[in-house]
Order: sequence, then C-alpha cells, then structure tokens
Amino acid sequence: MKNLIALIITSMLFFGLGAYAGSFNVGQKNKQFTKNKLVLKVGDKVRFTNEDPFFHNVFSLSPAKTFDLGSYPKGEFREVTFDSAGTIDVECAIHPQMRMTIVVK
Amino acid sequence: MVNKLITALLVTVFVLTSSQAMAAKKKYVFKAGHKSLREWRLPKRVPYPRDNKPTRARIELGKMLFFDPRLSGDGNMSCASCHNPVLGWSDGLPTAKGFKSKVLGRASPTIINTGYNLIQMWDGRKKSLEDQAMGPMEATVEMNMNTEKLFKWLSANETYLRAFKRAYPGKGINADTVSKAIAAFERTVVSRNSRFDRWIRGNKKAMTKQEINGFKLFVGRAGCADCHSAPNFTDDGFHNIGLKSFGDSEPDMGRYAQRPVKLMKGAFKTPTLRDITRTGPYFHDGSAETLDEVIEHYMKGGVVTTNLSPSMKKIKLCSSEREDLLAFLQALTSPYVHVTLPKLPPN
Repeated sequence: MKNLIALIITSMLFFGLGAYAGSFNVGQKNKQFTKNKLVLKVGDKVRFTNEDPFFHNVFSLSPAKTFDLGSYPKGEFREVTFDSAGTIDVECAIHPQMRMTIVVK
Repeated sequence: MVNKLITALLVTVFVLTSSQAMAAKKKYVFKAGHKSLREWRLPKRVPYPRDNKPTRARIELGKMLFFDPRLSGDGNMSCASCHNPVLGWSDGLPTAKGFKSKVLGRASPTIINTGYNLIQMWDGRKKSLEDQAMGPMEATVEMNMNTEKLFKWLSANETYLRAFKRAYPGKGINADTVSKAIAAFERTVVSRNSRFDRWIRGNKKAMTKQEINGFKLFVGRAGCADCHSAPNFTDDGFHNIGLKSFGDSEPDMGRYAQRPVKLMKGAFKTPTLRDITRTGPYFHDGSAETLDEVIEHYMKGGVVTTNLSPSMKKIKLCSSEREDLLAFLQALTSPYVHVTLPKLPPN
C-alpha cells in the first residue's frame, strides 16, 4: 500500500498535476508561446514545454535574466527560476515570431 | 487489488509518457482539395502594413523605382539587377555581385512571396519589406548610392515628383516613401498557382501520383515540412543546415550576428520553395546547383555537423522516393508571369 501511495505521489509530481506555489507553465504551441505576458515574484519558476511536433528554443538576452535553454522536441520541457526583479523579453531563437514578456516583481 | 491498481497506474504512466515523447507528424488526407490540407493554401491577399495600403499609384511608382538603375551610385544597378524577374526574381548566381561586380557573401534571395514573410533577409535583420528596401541602396558594397543625392534627383524629376504626389500625397520624397513604394510593388510578386496549389484547391488532375508521393514524403518521413512549413513553405525561422561553407576558417555566422544565441551560429532563414525551379542555385551560399544536390545534402543530414540544427537528420530514401520528392518540388512552380517593364522618366 505504501508503494502505491508513493507511486501516485511520484506520478502527480512527474506530470505536474499538483500545482505548487511559484511555478508557472508556458507552452510552445503553433509557433507561439501560450502566454503573451506573465507576472511573477522573485524566486518563481517557469516551465517551458514544447507542444509542437518540431524543435523549439527559449532564450532571453534581457539584463534582468539572461538564459538559453538550447533546443528540445515535443513533449520535453526546460525550467527557469527568475531570481531578480525586472522585465524579461523571452523569444524562441528558431522562430523569432515567438515572443513573450515576463515581469518579475 | 493493490497489484491491479499498480498495473493500471503503470499503464497510464507508459501511455502518457509515450504520447508526450512522440513527435507526431500532422495527419493529412492526401486527396485533392481535402480540408486537412487547407493550411497549405496561400492566402490571396498579401498582408501589408496599415500605413502602406497597396494602391495602383504606389505599385506603379514602386515598379519604376525597382527597375531604375539610377538608384545606384554608378547608375548601372537597379533592384532588378539582383532580383531579376526572368531569373526567378533572383540573379542566377551562387552569391550576389554588388558595386563594381564585387562578389558578395550570400545569394540574392528571391522576391517571390516575400510579402508573406514575417521577417526579411537571410539573417532576419530586417522586419519588413519597407524596413529592407533602402538597405541595398545604402550599402557601399551593393548599390552604393548617396541617398540624399537620390532624393534630390527624384524631387527634380517631374515624372517622379508627380508619381510620388499621387502615391503618397503630402509625404514628400524620402527614405520612407521610396521604401514604401518599392515594398508595395514587391508585394505583387506572388506565386500561388502552381500545380500543387491547384491540387490543394481541389483539381484532382493537377498533380501526378508521383508528385503526391513526393508530398507525402515532404510532410512525413523526410521531415522537410518541419521548416518548409505551410502555407508559404517557410517557418520564417532560422536553422544551421550543415553546409560545407560553415567549416571555413571564418564562416558566415548568419543569424548569430542578430541574436547571439549558440543555436544561431551558422543559422539562416528558411526560404520559400514556391517557384523553386527558377531560383537556383540553392542555399544562402549558392553551393547547390540543382535540386537533386539539395536533396542529396539533406539525405546526408548535412556536411559540417558543428552546431547543426537538431531538425537535421539523415534521411533514407530509395531512388524512386528521391525521384518522387524531386517531382513534388518541381510541382511548386507557378506558370511564368510576364512582367512588363515600366516606362522610366528621362533624366
């Protein structure tokens, strides 16, 4: 029985079914981010999940948070923790029409 | 009971994981005019910015400017020198030749269907056709024009003065109005009546069985449509496709100059494939003379694999499949549209 409970909890965590504080999901679908703008608090985490049947990238060159998540295929995700306040322009390098803004307060 | 529950959960986990990992291709029904293929229909209306509605006066003015060699420093190069309608609105050269025939680093991209593009130039450094139009005139290695001198000359020419007043009343003759007029003309250069286009619209006889097989490969196993996507056969995206020239000692870094992200080193914009039979040589460096060489390159999965796009994979095609794919590409060319040259005003 203990094993069953552990498995259920692990599965829930694995699929992100359990909403946990300070975590946000942004999809990449039809060559768009599923959110245009996201307002976060310092320390919040964003999970970028590729939902398109081809590779995507996520990067930011904004001084408030510079990152490059490389490229990854459908079904995979990468996470970023936003650890300082500011406005961050997020793009996909492969598909430059994909843009969103993250405001960290 | 517990065992059954665990089994059920494991099955659920397996199914969900599999479906997540699967990079499923789009499901099409390969029948002429089928609704599943609608995304490949290129809209008749070419998008344009709010402040540059393509009126007849604007298009006619743009056409004059496009074909007028007096827009160059030596008075011998027009936009049409590198974007020649009889050469697929390109120049038939591996890479462009600019001022004093200096050989430049990149191929002249075709003008065909650029009106549908969301971003312009091989490296995407220009957002729109308006944004791009003055670039070649101002570049010393290209048309090498003193633009202030150009605006004065255009303003002193009665025919041009009238044409600008008709096209952009009260806006003067300047970089803004010259760019807008050229862009308005370029938006008329459209290919959307190929046999493929007619087949997509429902003409069963427009494509052969071989060409349809080629299309199946294109959107399926060959993976071409991952980047050459609907409806304009481009994702308006940037990819390093592993060309031999990226192995040079100081290679062209492409998009990386605009977006310094590792993935963009050696990445260039995906070109449209409509009218592809007219726009060779191929690739940004003009290194492939024929479409067969292009297919060969992709089958190999690229030559230089440093920083290769993750979309580039070796493609296994038997000889008949290779012929099918080539046949499909050849079905993307629209009937030739004869271009009437404009009457240019005297000096």
